[in-house]
Amino acid sequence: MIRRTWIALVTFVLLGANAFAQQAASDGFVPMSSLPPGEELPAARFVVASYAFFLMLMVFYVWTIWKRLAKVEQDMKELGRRQGGATR
Amino acid sequence: MKKLFVPVAAMTALMFAYAPIAIANAPYESTMRLVQKIFYFHFPAWMALTVSVTICTVASALYLFKGWAKADRIAVAAAEVTVIFGLFGLVSGSLWGRKAWGVWWQWDARLTMAFLLELIFFGYILVRNYGGPGAEKLAAAMGIFGGATAPFVYKSVDWWRTVHPKTSVMTTLGETSPEMWFVVWFCTFTILLFMGLLLAARIRLEEQRAALDELYLAAED
Amino acid sequence: MRFFRVALLVLKKDFAIELKSYEILSTTLFFAVSCVAIFSFAFVKDGQAPVDAAAGILWIAIAFSGTLALGRTFERERYGETLKALLLAPAPRPAIYLGKLLGIVTLLFATEIIVVPMVAFLFSAPFFERPLLLVALLGLGTVGYAAVGTLFAAMLVRARTRDVMLPILLYPITIPVIIAGVRGTSALLASPVDEPVAMLWIGLLTFFDVVFVTLSLWTFEPLMTE
Repeated sequence: MIRRTWIALVTFVLLGANAFAQQAASDGFVPMSSLPPGEELPAARFVVASYAFFLMLMVFYVWTIWKRLAKVEQDMKELGRRQGGATR
Repeated sequence: MKKLFVPVAAMTALMFAYAPIAIANAPYESTMRLVQKIFYFHFPAWMALTVSVTICTVASALYLFKGWAKADRIAVAAAEVTVIFGLFGLVSGSLWGRKAWGVWWQWDARLTMAFLLELIFFGYILVRNYGGPGAEKLAAAMGIFGGATAPFVYKSVDWWRTVHPKTSVMTTLGETSPEMWFVVWFCTFTILLFMGLLLAARIRLEEQRAALDELYLAAED
Repeated sequence: MRFFRVALLVLKKDFAIELKSYEILSTTLFFAVSCVAIFSFAFVKDGQAPVDAAAGILWIAIAFSGTLALGRTFERERYGETLKALLLAPAPRPAIYLGKLLGIVTLLFATEIIVVPMVAFLFSAPFFERPLLLVALLGLGTVGYAAVGTLFAAMLVRARTRDVMLPILLYPITIPVIIAGVRGTSALLASPVDEPVAMLWIGLLTFFDVVFVTLSLWTFEPLMTE
């Protein structure tokens, strides 16, 4: 159940993120023409980098939680199996 | 708790999917233009951090004075979430600062204090992981003292002259630009929900670990 | 009243032990002096010291030697298992904390009496233009630093990794105090002394002191219970 929940969550996040990355990217290109000519640093790449970092950080963090949970649950199963074997 | 997780996760995902559209459609800020759009996740991340710091402090105090094991688990989870959101807040702020101020980093009051808060909660996790037996109490003290410095981070921009926008930006935004105001709060709500999900998952991990420890103890007897 | 009597008794006990050997005072002083000496080798060139360095170096020396003193003080208690005995005594725990805190603060003041003139001498820093402000800054900063330090060092007596953990716990939380101390002191070093700025940092230090001492007194009891 937990695993399924996690898959659902991660898929959703990824889907959402996808839309978001595309949006941010296209969003970055449209207003470039409307920027005044004196701008030395294009802003778009900072905006995209910021949102991309958010996405990567959160996906990474969710992945670490998932990984750690899976490890603990596996240990639990292992222990249960060993105990079952010992009593028999 | 468990029943709520999936619907809330679905709702958060939908809100996350809509957030970029809302951000793209929000009006441009007059002086900073496009780069100001970082704000729509920058501010919510710091809001989420404020909430998680508060949770960590309260839970630490509850653990210390009442000895509730559950409070301790909540405190660890909140500290870890704090570090994650703080990291994003610092990085996004740095990217924004590079464009708006021309430098990646500046030791001004707000930035210094935010960096300190990140450091304190990173220390919290270090103590947790390497403190050996009894580290829970050490970490709880760290959580309480860390929470005590958090108000300084919030108020520092109002007390000292700094380059960072003041906190009053948010209170006047509702009048100056209702569209921006709506997008900011929409993103804040989304990220707060997401933070709640992360917290719930992290607490679940801590509970499973405690259950595993108990199983090991039972197996040894 | 009994509260302060207990605190004074703890202080007197620490004094009596220290006066037998002067171990902690002499090692802390030696460390602080060599710290300042190393900085002066590094920064003073051709008799010219960098303008703002003196304030920072003074506070770094105080913070580092403070960590050393804290570690040694509680190592002594741990060695004889005397802290446990002290905690078993029928006395209010916060009073014991206060006694230990007063001991550390006195020790650090003794260090500062040597280190401040030494920094002033080596870096040709005009520390003594406003002696009262300097005393206020040093006093408040030391109390704030020692308040957190005493609490954490006392907690760490039981921990296995106490040597590593003390700086990890102590420095992030006391950085605001150190920043306030450094900024306030460098305001005193400005050529017309920048009094309003120094007063601002003194106010802030007072605030930090109140917060830290209150929190420490409040959490000492549950933290020291097994």
